[in-house]
Amino acid sequence: MNRIGVFVCHCGINIAGVVDIEAVKKAVAAYPGVVFARDYTYMCSEPGQDLFRKACTSGEVEGIVVASCSPRLHETTFRRTAADAGFNPYRVEIANIREQCTWVNTVDPQGATAKAIDIILSLVERTRRDESLVEAQIPVTKKALVIGAGIAGMMTALNITGSGYQVYLLDREPSIGGRMAQLSETFPTLDCAQCIFTPRMVEVGQNRDISLRTYCEVEEISGYVGNFTVKIRHKASYVDWDKCTGCGMCTDKCPTKVKSEFNMMLDDRKAIYTPFPQAVPNKVVIDSENCLYFRKGACRVCEKTCPLGAVDFEQKDWFEELEVGAIVVATGYDLYDKENIEEYRMGYSPDVIDGITFERLLSASGPTQGKLLRPSDGRVPEEIVFISCVGSRDPENHFPYCSRVCCMYTAKHAVLYKHRVPQGQAYVFYMDIRSAGKNYEEFVQRAVEEDEVMYIRGRVSRLYLDDGKIVVVGADTLSGANVEVRADMVVLSMAIRPAKGLEELARKLKIQTDANGFLAEAHPKLRPVETLSPGIFITGCAQSPKDIQDTVAQSGAAAAKVVELLSKEQLTHEPIVAFADEEICSGCGQCEQQCTFDAIELVQRRGNPATGIPDRSVAKVNEILCQGCGACIVTCPSGAMSQRNFRLEQVYSMIESFI
Amino acid sequence: MSAVELSYMPGCTLKTKAKNFETTTLKLLELLDVHARELTDWYCCGTTYSLASDNVINHLGPIRTLVKAKEAGREDLLVLCSMCYNTLRRAQELVQHDEEKRSKINEFMYEEETDFTGDEVRILHLLTLLKETVGFDRLKEKLVRDPGGLKVAGYYGCMLLRPREIAIDPVAEHPSILEDLFAACGVDSVYFPFKTECCGSYQTVNEKQVVLSRTKAITESAVKNGADLIVTSCPLCHYNLDAYQPRVAEATPGFRTIPVMYISQVLALLAGLDDVQDYNLHVVDPRPVLRARGLMGKGEPAAGGKA
Repeated sequence: MNRIGVFVCHCGINIAGVVDIEAVKKAVAAYPGVVFARDYTYMCSEPGQDLFRKACTSGEVEGIVVASCSPRLHETTFRRTAADAGFNPYRVEIANIREQCTWVNTVDPQGATAKAIDIILSLVERTRRDESLVEAQIPVTKKALVIGAGIAGMMTALNITGSGYQVYLLDREPSIGGRMAQLSETFPTLDCAQCIFTPRMVEVGQNRDISLRTYCEVEEISGYVGNFTVKIRHKASYVDWDKCTGCGMCTDKCPTKVKSEFNMMLDDRKAIYTPFPQAVPNKVVIDSENCLYFRKGACRVCEKTCPLGAVDFEQKDWFEELEVGAIVVATGYDLYDKENIEEYRMGYSPDVIDGITFERLLSASGPTQGKLLRPSDGRVPEEIVFISCVGSRDPENHFPYCSRVCCMYTAKHAVLYKHRVPQGQAYVFYMDIRSAGKNYEEFVQRAVEEDEVMYIRGRVSRLYLDDGKIVVVGADTLSGANVEVRADMVVLSMAIRPAKGLEELARKLKIQTDANGFLAEAHPKLRPVETLSPGIFITGCAQSPKDIQDTVAQSGAAAAKVVELLSKEQLTHEPIVAFADEEICSGCGQCEQQCTFDAIELVQRRGNPATGIPDRSVAKVNEILCQGCGACIVTCPSGAMSQRNFRLEQVYSMIESFI
Repeated sequence: MSAVELSYMPGCTLKTKAKNFETTTLKLLELLDVHARELTDWYCCGTTYSLASDNVINHLGPIRTLVKAKEAGREDLLVLCSMCYNTLRRAQELVQHDEEKRSKINEFMYEEETDFTGDEVRILHLLTLLKETVGFDRLKEKLVRDPGGLKVAGYYGCMLLRPREIAIDPVAEHPSILEDLFAACGVDSVYFPFKTECCGSYQTVNEKQVVLSRTKAITESAVKNGADLIVTSCPLCHYNLDAYQPRVAEATPGFRTIPVMYISQVLALLAGLDDVQDYNLHVVDPRPVLRARGLMGKGEPAAGGKA
């Protein structure tokens, strides 16, 4: 390819104010193979695009170099115009003479002019050798997988099915519901979580387009955007769910009691159980770690009790492969373990609890039917202390971030306490009150003014036990006094942590986590629900701590991104990817090791016994998975790896044009 | 464990008011085949670590001592006093991490032949020595007396634990090395929430009221939780908690005093090393409770009960 056209953009005075445009044009036009060198004030403007379009359609050139700003800004603009004009967009290259030339050389216009010429000519050399690449077309599997079935996953699934696509909704627990199912009332309206949430659970359970995959874990993921294959493990429940109706007879008869995880260990469940009565699906599982039959080899009362013969002690874990086009990770959160707070450990008793445990104590469906009785002796706590920011905003010892929901739920807890124990006194130790949300500040003010919750600004340094009381030693930093409260109960607002196992899941999905273990979004402002792996989206507390309101909104956003993807008939993939020269490749496999996208595999090439060429393996790049990062190219010891339109000879030609 | 030889820096108080700490420790270590060689030349540790960023002169004492320890050629330097441990370790941290201060401090070492750069000597507190070098199991083998149901309140104070970088226990806010030591020796530790509380420290010089209130809170907690003794490794804590009790008792009807002893005093008794301590150095006499628990030599009357 020899006939190259060059456009030089003035970018107002950004470029033209420094370099001598006429001198640049003259030098470039004189270069062998350059057909023309034209200039315009703003090439990105509509008249500039017109000039460019005309060159594309005129047939006078085979490649075009636009000397302007960084390709990050307008490469896409020019390539799109070229494609629309029927000109191969991969034969359009940008010579960056703004960021890399004029902006950094304002004091030396002559030098800048010479440098601009050099940059443009090097791009001319490269463009000469550009191939006419074609974008790959990828089909799309019009189904999505949502991992995690709390409020985030459920809302995402409902929103996706609302646009007519099917969703697999996966959770490792036997039931959907997640953390929100454990909550009592919700701020700032104090509507009961059960009242607003269980209808949503039923809706999910009945939705024909949502296939539940509860008691399942993600085992393995392969494929790429639009075409993922997800291998999931169905954990053995030892119950045939096709037969089980959730009648509960087996649970009644089971002799083994185990602490209930759903009720935060405040009461017992059975070894064959549903986590809570409103479970969806309403199916039982056997907890084989605690089941008498699994432990001692005898019992099987549930098997005898079940009128449908659903109990199956021989069941094993089994696997299923799901084909989906998009994946949403909505795995939620855990609370930081209070054992990590060394300075409070002297005061730990069953009456020092975290926020979720307090939710269960408040909940009408909880172990006390919503009566506020303290776990140790069932007495009504007369004085209760809430401590904010336990583990949060403490970069030296724990986590630097704000857990964001604690200020509001602490105010809610204090209010709900006062509604149940009007004669009692509630104290809140806080660092700041962060109540930035619609009707949030008003809610906190109501807690202070109407419910007479005593807010003390200061940290608690220590807890200890004395005469059946929990002594809370803290500071009131507004009055400068040391404060001691002899409390009957203490509720700790423990830091929000990513759900256990998120890091491993992220590794399987090849998506990134941030410094604190939450999932990293592709851009903190402009791509908040995307990851850097196309086709994988994130929502809810897996991304960062957030309340129900924000989680629901973000789940709508994640669903919109999924729908945007699934609604396409075909996806296109940038063709600037790596490729291996099989003639040179020795099959060492170092590139395969290096590739973070699993885009390279070694394939067998049959030799020819007649000519004495043996069978051998060579590297093959999956052009859809490859993101064109170049890691394999620098790794390759033999120089067999190269990148489309960044081939070694192209790069060398650019360097040579400088020398 | 073969014989261990290490350098030893006693500090000032161990030669005077805290003599019991030194005599019992050295006897006990002999029994354990640990040979603590007192440095021929050591300096006052400065007693408090200066936090003023330009106050380099305060760190000269500890660093001089560390130069001496380095020149003595032994790997470890044993320190008993919590105050000395704190100032020495923090001065060590300082020269390890602050190159500018390090060279400034070393410029003052006119008489010393070498510089101290931070890691030539390992500073060991008695508790760490017993745990890591000797081992609690081996210590237990040398004990001959039945603890007789002795209940102690292990008192750490602040100096062994703050700042976290120099703490002798990995869980600085909720340490257990003392309780672990006593458990290995068959001695019960009571629940003692004031174990890391400040005793008032040098406020004893000019703000006696502060020390009085701290002493009251700390000793009352130990008594309330059933301790026979408060056990510590800090001469200043010992002084504040012991010497202030009569004054607390004067002002507080019904106040019960409790003896305060050094760790090594109790261990020496359990090891059968009698006649190595001077009970006249105590304000609250520990003998009655020691006799009651059968820890004071056969034939002595088991009278007295709690002090």
